Amino acid sequence: MTEQRRSAAPAGREPLHLHVPEPSGRPGHHTDFSYLQTSPAGAVPRPPIDVSPADTGDLARALVRVLADDGRALGPWNPQLEPGRLRQGLAAMLKTRAFDARMLVAQRQKKTSFYMQSLGEEAIGTGQAFALEPGDMCFPTYRQQSLLLARDDISMVEMMCQLFSNQRDPMKGRQLPVMYSYKRAGFFTISGNLATQFIQAVGWAMASAIKRDTRIASGWIGDGATAEADFHTALTFAHVYRAPVILNVVNNQWAISTFQAIAGGEATTFAGRGVGSGIASLRVDGNDFLAVYAASHWAAERARSNLGPTLIEWVTYRAGAHSTSDDPSKYRPKDDWANFPLGDPIARLEAHLIAIGEWSEARHDALRKEIEAQVAAAQKEAETFGTLVDGHIPDPASMFEDVYETMPAHLVAQRAQLLSGR
Amino acid sequence: MTMSEALTGDAAAVPSAGTSTMTMIQALRSALDVMLARDPDVVVFGEDVGYFGGVFRVTDGLQAKYGTSRVFDAPINEGGIVGVAVGMGAYGLRPVAEIQFADYFYPASDQIVSEAARLRYRSVGDFTAPVTLRMPCGGGIYGGQTHSQSPEALFTHVCGLRTVMPCNPYDAKGLLIASIECNDPVIFLEPKRLYNGPFDGHHDRPVVPWSQHPLAAVPDGHYVVPLESARVFREGRDVTILTYGTMVFVSEAAASETGIDAEIIDLRSLWPLDLDAIVRSVKKTRRCVVVHEATRTSGFGAELTALIQEHCFYHLEAPIERVTGWDTPYPHAQEWDYFPGPARVGRALRRAMED
Repeated sequence: MTEQRRSAAPAGREPLHLHVPEPSGRPGHHTDFSYLQTSPAGAVPRPPIDVSPADTGDLARALVRVLADDGRALGPWNPQLEPGRLRQGLAAMLKTRAFDARMLVAQRQKKTSFYMQSLGEEAIGTGQAFALEPGDMCFPTYRQQSLLLARDDISMVEMMCQLFSNQRDPMKGRQLPVMYSYKRAGFFTISGNLATQFIQAVGWAMASAIKRDTRIASGWIGDGATAEADFHTALTFAHVYRAPVILNVVNNQWAISTFQAIAGGEATTFAGRGVGSGIASLRVDGNDFLAVYAASHWAAERARSNLGPTLIEWVTYRAGAHSTSDDPSKYRPKDDWANFPLGDPIARLEAHLIAIGEWSEARHDALRKEIEAQVAAAQKEAETFGTLVDGHIPDPASMFEDVYETMPAHLVAQRAQLLSGR
Repeated sequence: MTMSEALTGDAAAVPSAGTSTMTMIQALRSALDVMLARDPDVVVFGEDVGYFGGVFRVTDGLQAKYGTSRVFDAPINEGGIVGVAVGMGAYGLRPVAEIQFADYFYPASDQIVSEAARLRYRSVGDFTAPVTLRMPCGGGIYGGQTHSQSPEALFTHVCGLRTVMPCNPYDAKGLLIASIECNDPVIFLEPKRLYNGPFDGHHDRPVVPWSQHPLAAVPDGHYVVPLESARVFREGRDVTILTYGTMVFVSEAAASETGIDAEIIDLRSLWPLDLDAIVRSVKKTRRCVVVHEATRTSGFGAELTALIQEHCFYHLEAPIERVTGWDTPYPHAQEWDYFPGPARVGRALRRAMED
């Protein structure tokens, strides 16, 4: 062990010390969630979409919320959605949760090598998917499966074939499970590199503007990856070119084991980053389906009206492990989610629908069971095409395809070598 | 073979309009002009490329002609320049982005290596990145270590990228058009010392302009020099020189000054490359010298040497020689001690002719 150098501070001067942020909660003691700084439902004003970005400073520090604890929808951000639309949102969130639960079990059974659930964050992708239009393009992270599961035109069987890396895997076994690509559903191919997609979303939006198109882009990033240069780069380019893009920061408090303060969230907000870049910015309750829809719709209208980008920080909580390779009990309180002030997005929308007389616990249970049966049936069908554990993986020779548009001579030779066993 | 024979011998060199004498800068500009006019999905951007027309003037006049939504300035952020290019490519555009100096590409490494190069593969063709990244490279202009580098080997190592380096106005235009039309991402390296003349390494002699060189005769319209095609720049019997960029002219000078009848292969496309042209020549001359300006260790010459060993071992009469930049950063004041000039290439040619 090296000897600690003693303080070189001259007399009368305090020696400097390094500040390393720490969460208030760790295994064995509770989190003090007062750091979140929430606002009461209905309390935050809703400015017109042509608000000056500089005037969104308060919105970037407050928390846009619609759903109150008693289930009522309050205030100017209430999107006044039809009850039928709300029930569709609820069903999509239940579908996402049931899909995640099934796939977690499948990973334990080694049918897939890896899985990433979105437990507790289902409202964000679902609400935004409902606010976007056909042709818009999302550049998601690995935890926005709800963007796909909110749609009826993406088959769960096909998604599971990707997860199982089987012979029907549309990614031909090349990508980690959950790294979907669905251009037809406005879902950009997921990268495992973090943050790269954020600036690409801005580029896609710039292209749409260059072509005088009407489609917009939606970029996604987690709180942890906002520390990457690509995040700050994206804010600069989006602001400079007034790109028609929604810049979503999903602040679920945790980047694997790293608390959001290590990404720079201490004593400030991620939404505040946007204001500093000249971008209209909102901080929104990500577990409030109505607030998610309303804020997404507001941002989409801004983009579609040539008013430029909007940054939205979605405050939520990563209720599960980062991935199937992670054990959060090693670094945070086990009951943290139960104490999280913004609750469970599914329970909150259910309570709202019941409060307005459009739902019941019995109907909720029936819907949940119906969706769980659909997910189970999809899994059964997907497994008929194989899983990673039974070795029904895509043809190894296919690994040489798509490196280039046409296969160059050196890859033809290497493929021949693989096939010949030389 | 003379230069004009080399020119007319190129199958793709049928001019569709008149021909003008151009510098490499003018030829590159002409390629961008042709593609901006032909394809509304082509956009051109980068640091200083808009109103001003680029620090090397390649994009001069293009913004005035095509407007600010087709040709525009970018923030000083190479990661952002490449990142938005990838996003534009995913949308369906054909972005041509300029990295002001190849030495500046490092902040964009993730977007090049993990994104542009792999988009097609990882999405099984759902998304592609038909992006062309132009980068002035190489030394000879007293640029010091941050304006002189030749980082081609960092790109040839990356599967999914195409790496191209022209050495004359005719190839520069034809290869740039081919690169823009290519649906794979292309790293387009421009030897900046060749922008205004065929520099042969004799830095102490008067500058030779392109106007006196046959490869400065450039068709005004659209043509392509196919990717993955090398050019036999000089036919010879004694030894094969595998090279590209500025070193093509340095090698030509070395051959002429030593009197060794070297066959010079200008690779043009570094990867994927024209292996047949290399193997054909080395099997003919049975000797080989590999010349590049970049640093030696794990340089592209190492790959060329390995390929010759794999394909031509039993035809070789002598060890393969490598002439490269030293394994040091590119120095400023000692530029001409670093630069592998004709004297060093000549010494390697003589060694290759021993035995």
